[in-house]
Amino acid sequence: MDQLKKTPLFDSYGKYGGKVIDFAGWALPVQFEGITQEHEAVRNAAGLFDVSHMGEVDVTGKDAFEFVQNLVANDVSVLTDNQVLYTPMCYADGGTVDDLLVYKFGEEHYYLVINAGNIDKDFDWMNANKGNLDVKLDNISSEVSQLAIQGPKAQMILQKLTDTDLDSVKFFHCDRNVMVSGVKCMVSRTGYTGEDGFEIYTDNKGVVKLWDDILAAGKEDGLKPIGLGARDTLRFEAALPLYGNELSAEVSPLEAGIGFFVKLGKDHFIGKDAMVKQKADGLKRKTVGFEMKERSIPRHGYEVYAGEEKIGVVTTGYAAPTVKKNIGLALIDAKYGDLGSQLSIKVRNKMVPAEVISKKFYTKNYSK
Amino acid sequence: MKVLKELLYSNDHEWVKVDGDKAYIGITDFAQSSLGDVVFIELPEVDTELSKNDVFGAIESVKAASDMNIPVSGKVIEVNEELVDNPAAVNEDAYGNWMVAVELSDKTELEGLMNAEQYEELCSKEA
Repeated sequence: MDQLKKTPLFDSYGKYGGKVIDFAGWALPVQFEGITQEHEAVRNAAGLFDVSHMGEVDVTGKDAFEFVQNLVANDVSVLTDNQVLYTPMCYADGGTVDDLLVYKFGEEHYYLVINAGNIDKDFDWMNANKGNLDVKLDNISSEVSQLAIQGPKAQMILQKLTDTDLDSVKFFHCDRNVMVSGVKCMVSRTGYTGEDGFEIYTDNKGVVKLWDDILAAGKEDGLKPIGLGARDTLRFEAALPLYGNELSAEVSPLEAGIGFFVKLGKDHFIGKDAMVKQKADGLKRKTVGFEMKERSIPRHGYEVYAGEEKIGVVTTGYAAPTVKKNIGLALIDAKYGDLGSQLSIKVRNKMVPAEVISKKFYTKNYSK
Repeated sequence: MKVLKELLYSNDHEWVKVDGDKAYIGITDFAQSSLGDVVFIELPEVDTELSKNDVFGAIESVKAASDMNIPVSGKVIEVNEELVDNPAAVNEDAYGNWMVAVELSDKTELEGLMNAEQYEELCSKEA
């Protein structure tokens, strides 16, 4: 564990029963009380996540808009100040570099939140695509800590610690100047669970106090600390993609099923031409939802078959805690991807029947 | 962490309860606790012939699937079907819920297993 990177909260996990694992080179808690209990806490009350490992890149300069608009697949031009956008970032061939949040602070100031395992790769990619634009990129990942409070009681709990009316922070908007328990924060109504909630950005010093204070304030309401295990089951039930599972350099956002966030009508962005062609030719691969027809649990990496033919791979699968079904997402040959299509999942050398179902496993409870 | 005096133990955190030529096999309290909530258990058919260390089944928590290896050779004579229907019972009582019973084909293999004291030492090292 010694060689692993640690967030400022590393020493706090033990106090709450956290079990630490190596996640992409980071020492992070996989669980506290237990994945199922934590998952249910977020669905029914609230949960607090340490997501300080996430990366942040500050983009400033006269050409900041032009730079970001060219870099990502979604349309940054629709953003007003303090609005947030989810978007894929692609290679020229349409493969995915990462998926990220774009915060607009002003015409000449954007803030990009990227995945922990991709920080160096992303920052290199951004720099390689600056061209002659007047833009300054700062990788401030190690200076920023982040918490997420998620669940139906998230707002009520967080409101106890701040004078800012959280109703004023709308879905996918942020307030850059919120005092939470005496600590200066940026708060956005965003998250990765399918529930209402907030992501809270602050410095490394403030986050330790914030973690303890928020947990104390929410204890009577059922707020629990949440590990990476439940973070993954929660985002999976909401069919939110995970880089490394649903998304990778070999998979375009169209194939991953997040084409909604790719605006092919934009003048230009990296990967546009490849994806325009992908769409015109018809997608060869598609990400589908499926349900096991027998008791086995599908897992990331299991092979998918149609009869004898191998047609793809399970990207994520679980015995889903809230949905209470053995379900998965799989990247498969598109011609087998229609609803009701019959598949087999290879589970420990046994072929287990499965059926393609809608990816809307769980209906998201966002406050919009 | 509960360890029962009268049982034998394997390095893979299984317990073995010998009853004449028969042995009941399950996973230990340490194992259930490290796995977390058990949501699925797959067990072999009765009459399956197993050699020591063969995979005889699988146990899955929310997070991951793990193979179970048989700590002693033998033929499967009983399978705990109730556990297949209620896998969470392993979390409640790891020693009260055996997985399979085998007819031992080589009782000398039992000498390679650990007693309770040795097993406790293993657990303290791995904890």
